[in-house]
Amino acid sequence: MLSSQRFRFDGESTDSETTMYPAPFRYHRAGSADEAISLLAELGDGARPLAGGQTLLVWMKLRFDEPTDLVDIARIPNLSSIEHDDHQVRIGALATHGRIAASPLARLIPIVHDCANGIADRQVRSRGTIGGSLAAGDPSCDWPALLHTLDAEVLCQGPDGERTIGIGDFVEDLYATALQEGELVTGIRFALPPARSAGAYVGFKRCAPAYPTASAGVQLTLAEDADTCADVRIALGSAGLTPIHATAAEAELRGQALNETTIERAAEAAVAASDPVDDQRGSPAFKRAMLRVLVRRAVGIAIRRCNGESVEHSHEYY
Amino acid sequence: MGKQLITLTVNGDEYELAVASHHTLLDVLRNQIGLTGTKRGCTAGSCGVCTVNGERGEAILSCLSLAVEWDGRSVTTIEGIRQGGELHPVQQAFLEYGAVQCGFCTPGVVMSAKALLDVTTSPSEDQINEALAGAICRCTGHIKIKKAVRAAAAVMRDNEARDDG
Repeated sequence: MLSSQRFRFDGESTDSETTMYPAPFRYHRAGSADEAISLLAELGDGARPLAGGQTLLVWMKLRFDEPTDLVDIARIPNLSSIEHDDHQVRIGALATHGRIAASPLARLIPIVHDCANGIADRQVRSRGTIGGSLAAGDPSCDWPALLHTLDAEVLCQGPDGERTIGIGDFVEDLYATALQEGELVTGIRFALPPARSAGAYVGFKRCAPAYPTASAGVQLTLAEDADTCADVRIALGSAGLTPIHATAAEAELRGQALNETTIERAAEAAVAASDPVDDQRGSPAFKRAMLRVLVRRAVGIAIRRCNGESVEHSHEYY
Repeated sequence: MGKQLITLTVNGDEYELAVASHHTLLDVLRNQIGLTGTKRGCTAGSCGVCTVNGERGEAILSCLSLAVEWDGRSVTTIEGIRQGGELHPVQQAFLEYGAVQCGFCTPGVVMSAKALLDVTTSPSEDQINEALAGAICRCTGHIKIKKAVRAAAAVMRDNEARDDG
């Protein structure tokens, strides 16, 4: 791939000399969650579940990961439902970003649409799944930050049975989650936001296929006077080695009147909680400047939505 | 690691293929079936030139999908969108509006546009921008491309009206 002789000038170039392949692996297709879990446990720590592949296959091509075995879980039935009752929302791990964005749930809870429809481009949203985005443990992915904002729980199933892990305990470190060997994410759930509660998730991206330079999610509940913040959750994406739950920023708003001063204080507290890395998407100072704006914007959109306004929103571009 | 036997339907033709598990749908379309209309660009999900349409007509990246994942499934490539020997309205509009510079991104852009127009023939500007956001022309810009997509949408609306009438 990276050899100096990428192209043959003495004849036709062939695909094999100019394309990126993942390292070879064994491919298995699981028909059920139980079968996938047994296979993953049996094959050991070189095995990975494959869902939509929109993160994993890139990692494999770039040699960030070289699994010995892939267990294709994409055809397992009953893992892609998107449903809710009066209290709770439940999304199957194999629901794609595109299906979530187009679902009645995304119309009901606009912050879900912000996130799902802002991920990459149509092509990636056709294949990429919420479970895969979460299990990757990548702080640049949008779902982990959104699910922190909504205080979601991750439903898992492994060799020892089922368990539910709070989102704050699920993401442990950069690319590291609480998943044990052989354990799968089967879905996520979160409480249906109460009356007078609404949120917004805003990311800042160079172009559609790129990961956000930074992102912010805000879920706000207004008090009955409609001016005071009764409750709030604020989370940041692409702002450190894990998604960041900005509790100090929340404390600046909770129980306070919502105005320029309190919102600015919250934005500053969120920035202070961030620890962005220096990479090709920007310097830490640039990302902090973006985060401050994004938190303010997300709070502003959340307030308007709390007041019943319909605000179409997606990621911001350069 | 051996090869796996798969059955893959491309543009309505069924192929039985022995594919390496680590080869992508793109690799198999181009190298084993010989359909080189689908282009190979970044091969890492950034450029969109490898876009084809999946079973429900949805735009997907053939470089980020393993061929084995498509066993028993069908895809449509740029070679398969002509209708009864005539160019697809999107292809025809790209010709008429000169929506092609070097042409390398064109198959991916056309398949992205087709995926949109198969769902709605009255797309908003936002919907067009969003549908084309994953297939980027590096030569010039998207003005002529968007004119062509709007023109193709109009032709497809006329065709629908005629079929309904």
